[in-house]
Amino acid sequence: MDAPSTDGYRRDLMPVIIEADDLTKTYNDTVAVSHIRFEVNKGEIFGFLGPNGAGKTTTMRMIECISPRTSGTLLVFGMDPDKRPADIKEQIGVVPQETNLDPDFTCVGNLLTYARYFDIPPAEAEKRAGNLLAFVALTEKRDTAIDKISGGMKRRLILARALINNPGLLILDEPTIGLDPQARHLIWERLRLLRAQGNTIVLTTHYLDEAARLCDRLVIMDHGTFLVEGTPADLVREQVGSEIIEMDNTPEVIACLEDLGVPYEILGDQVQVATDASRELAKTLLDRCKKSRVSTRPATLEDVFLKLTGRTLRE
Amino acid sequence: MPSIWSFPRITRRAGKVWQRNLEVFLKTWKVNFFPPFIEALLYLSAIGLGIGTYVGAIDGVPYITYIAPAILAISVMNSAFFECTYGSYVRMYYQKSFDAIIATPLSIEDVIAGEILWGATRSVISVAVMLPVLVAFKVISLPFSLFAIPLAFLGGLMFAGLAMCFTAITPSIDTLNYPSFLLITPMMLFSGTFFPLSVLPVIFQDIALAVFPLTHIVALMRMATLPSASALLPLHIAWILAATVIFCVISINLMRRRLIV
Repeated sequence: MDAPSTDGYRRDLMPVIIEADDLTKTYNDTVAVSHIRFEVNKGEIFGFLGPNGAGKTTTMRMIECISPRTSGTLLVFGMDPDKRPADIKEQIGVVPQETNLDPDFTCVGNLLTYARYFDIPPAEAEKRAGNLLAFVALTEKRDTAIDKISGGMKRRLILARALINNPGLLILDEPTIGLDPQARHLIWERLRLLRAQGNTIVLTTHYLDEAARLCDRLVIMDHGTFLVEGTPADLVREQVGSEIIEMDNTPEVIACLEDLGVPYEILGDQVQVATDASRELAKTLLDRCKKSRVSTRPATLEDVFLKLTGRTLRE
Repeated sequence: MPSIWSFPRITRRAGKVWQRNLEVFLKTWKVNFFPPFIEALLYLSAIGLGIGTYVGAIDGVPYITYIAPAILAISVMNSAFFECTYGSYVRMYYQKSFDAIIATPLSIEDVIAGEILWGATRSVISVAVMLPVLVAFKVISLPFSLFAIPLAFLGGLMFAGLAMCFTAITPSIDTLNYPSFLLITPMMLFSGTFFPLSVLPVIFQDIALAVFPLTHIVALMRMATLPSASALLPLHIAWILAATVIFCVISINLMRRRLIV
């Protein structure tokens, strides 16, 4: 899959941070990730989207050198996770899906203990911990125990912890899960700031607005394989069109659409029409299919996602 | 996939896990140093002075002096075993600490080695706290009793490794009760601790010598505290060394099998 050139990068000049080819992971008989191929370049935010069980977390864990791959090749910073895990892990920061802060330490204690795992000298660790607590707006909670801070603060502290080694690559698995809008915006803003400083970021998310706002490029995964890859804007345009017209699901409207030969999709009490020329079409529909509400809205990544992965519930 | 017998590659980074556990332990040091101190007092008073009044002497040694090394040996066993079963399980399963640590340059082998090293350190701390109490009761002799400290470390490694094998295979924290009651408690009673093995039927003596790690620790502790070395000394040490290597190697491999998928 070739990345579109419309993302504005001179890709040939960008060093490749992660290179995966034919990457596969199986657990006993279950195939979690199947022959995927991708490259992540320096300085970009690369997103993995997909329903539960699509293989996103498994892919993250292989990059993090925590889960060995079954077959295929994988290079992180040009090194093989099977051969030089410690050298790779030295340069990456991980925000796991599950909050695993150390409850036996305070906020700053978590950062200092973590710094030691990276062989960061105590004085330097102290300095970085102070800066990072300020970066995630937790300076006031410095000496507070982990079980005394809120869920949103914990996610922010995990982000700070992931940055303690000044990682060249930051891997975030559902970074804003369960957070209020304020905390999500703070994390997004910080991630953009990190990208501006030249960091490379790989993330998984279920929030499609998050992916659309943050990611330079993304893939949508399902059943262990990639369905599409591209920039959020390109994917929306290529897969759905620029706008969605929504109407009531009545026999008259259906008959009218059939008459006009316009492709449509029925969703409960609504009918959706994806289009690139919404104004003309909406006008036609308003004229022809009377007795229905006609409203148009911009197409989103969510429309792409649902189109590609279906509407059936997973799990 | 490496087999359970393959020798794990451990780096000096294991020391960082040990240091983490030490820091947490020292935060509540008052609570942590108290139990071995009280335990020594209770055992000496109840069993030594109480029961000892009726028993008199064993092998020409006053009863309280006979059981003093057993108190140390049992403490070596309990400290390391419970640290690396319940303690490690809580850190692994409930606190997800191991997951957090293996995202750093440490490997799972480093983490488990650090935990085992910490379990052995708990044994050393317990014995170090108990020794002054036993000296005050005049039931152990100096300076030979100081051998109890390195012995506590070696024995601690053995029991920590054994404990970690159970932690690696236990389905839940509750099932850790099985080794505690079916292995640790019988060992505490039938390893030549409170009475000589020689009063037991020969078959039980053989079992105690062949399969109970505590038997060998008790025997060596007693040689140190009385002091009275015997020709069996190298055999006990060899048994402990072999068991320590086997338990530690298997436990690290079992843990990798459990956590790295």
